[in-house]
Amino acid sequence: MNEVNAPVQSGCSVNKRRKLLKRIKKFIPIYIMMLPGLIYLLFNNLLPLPGLIVAFKKYNVRYGIYGSPWCGLQNFKYLFANDAFYITRNTILYNAAFIIINTTLSIAIAIILSEMGGRLKKLYQSAILLPYLLSTVILSYLVYAFLSTEQGLINRIIESFGGEAIAWYSTAKYWPFILIFVNAWKNVGYTCIVYLATIMGFDRTLYEAAAIDGASKWQQIRSITIPMLRNMVIMMTLLNIGRIMYSDFGLFYQVPKNSGALFSVTNTIDTYVYRGLLENNSIDTSAAAGFYQSIVGFVLVLGSNLIVRRKDPDSALF
Amino acid sequence: MVESHSDRTFKVLSHVIMVILSLVAVIPILLLVICSFTDNSTLLTNGYSFFPAKLSLENYAYILENSSKIFRAYGVSIVLTATGTVLGTAITILLGYGLSKKDLPGNKAISFILILTLLFNGGLVPTYMVYTNTLHVKNTFWGLLLPSLLMNGFNVILVKSYFVTSVPDEILEAAEIDGATEYQKFIRIAFPMAVPIVATIALFTGIGYWNDWNNGYIYISTKTDLYSIQNLLNRMQENLQFLTSNSTGVASYSNGITEIPSEGVRMAIAVLGMLPIMVVYPWLQRFFIQGITLGGVKG
Repeated sequence: MNEVNAPVQSGCSVNKRRKLLKRIKKFIPIYIMMLPGLIYLLFNNLLPLPGLIVAFKKYNVRYGIYGSPWCGLQNFKYLFANDAFYITRNTILYNAAFIIINTTLSIAIAIILSEMGGRLKKLYQSAILLPYLLSTVILSYLVYAFLSTEQGLINRIIESFGGEAIAWYSTAKYWPFILIFVNAWKNVGYTCIVYLATIMGFDRTLYEAAAIDGASKWQQIRSITIPMLRNMVIMMTLLNIGRIMYSDFGLFYQVPKNSGALFSVTNTIDTYVYRGLLENNSIDTSAAAGFYQSIVGFVLVLGSNLIVRRKDPDSALF
Repeated sequence: MVESHSDRTFKVLSHVIMVILSLVAVIPILLLVICSFTDNSTLLTNGYSFFPAKLSLENYAYILENSSKIFRAYGVSIVLTATGTVLGTAITILLGYGLSKKDLPGNKAISFILILTLLFNGGLVPTYMVYTNTLHVKNTFWGLLLPSLLMNGFNVILVKSYFVTSVPDEILEAAEIDGATEYQKFIRIAFPMAVPIVATIALFTGIGYWNDWNNGYIYISTKTDLYSIQNLLNRMQENLQFLTSNSTGVASYSNGITEIPSEGVRMAIAVLGMLPIMVVYPWLQRFFIQGITLGGVKG
């Protein structure tokens, strides 16, 4: 593809080098255009990478990352003896629930919308996409309006039926459901549009032929739309599995209002790393958890992408 | 063709489901808006309600009277969103344009680095240390701006493939023969042809900056003048007195304001926080959907 990488024959190497230099010269303006982005990648993405070694150190602010003494696997031992299991469990189980529920809902809505036309379809689409555009802070205000113990809408409704108010922000058992609902509320509109675009790209003549053969809408969906969506669903799911070690920090931190009573069901790897770094001053364990997340996340994303690429190169990330 | 009975049922059922889902999506937002217009004592005694006994503008009046902090935060958000959108979009487009040149020496190496950074990153701890200890952005405007400047690296790949597929080499070559320099080729030909992708990326970057609270939360600890509207909202939720205390943290009860901002006031500020997006949404909705369709799979 790129002749720069072709093996350079010794006989004409000088000639080739001159050609390359000429090409580099021609592209100087392009390099200048790319420079800001490259500098940004250097500082934002590459410079932090060596800092990962802080996970193997006993960090001391005075000496910085590189001056602090090594401590082997001590940070990891501590992490895995204490919190690793439950934060990993929370992260993975929530992501699994999000994948299953959001995918199912998004496909169902996309199919319904794909059979519609006109202004109403647009209106529905706008309505369900709206939550996606709100910031997490606003999201936490919305949730609070429903769940506030004193003034919250839900407790008021419970009380008006003679029930007892629930202290939502200190009762852990409800939060898996709340978070799954809130996440779906925010994101289904987005995923749904992705699926809708795929469905709209299907060959319409298939549906026309089926209709002539007397297939009902429901039959068309079952035997045309759903089978044709299968590949796409597999791709999207694999890509999501590649990110299963990561979570939406705001959803797990802001929405439960950082309530300590809920940590057992709201603490994910991301919130754990944040709290260790900026709240409880336990940078060592926090760095170990971050390292663990980066490595496992990397392996998963490589693995899932490898499978995706084998099945459908166009959907692969790289 | 005559609609069969089952197809009619399907149609009716579809609309019923979609109306319900649309309401579920919109109603919580509506509740927030209604609460911001609810009389404070009504809110305290009756709680949040879609049909408050007494409406009032007092929350907004309070904001107008105690405006300095709120307006300042609003100003920070506006400046941040404007600079972040322009810079972030420019960097993304330029990098993507360069990568679209197949015969650019070093193209493969740069693409590799880009993809590597997408897949493997240092995570919060080392990134935080680079930003605070090497770049010293803590408690500066840079702390709000820099950490998410390249909002999403996939955008670069998106731009690259847009240039590859939608801006044919032949046109650029023709311009070159006519004597256009590389800059002229980009500004006069490639950029105008890429307007749809530029608009889409600018839109998503803009929304990202307006909604961002994370950077402020991590990098702005003491200099509360630099709070964006999202950070102000967040701070008020953690500390009810924040609005009435001055920036050094000592409560000041000047102008006869003794009460802390009520829930209604906080809801009113939240409404102001989402207002710009709600206002532009109907106009820019087409680009949203286009953008999601373009980059959706890779999210």
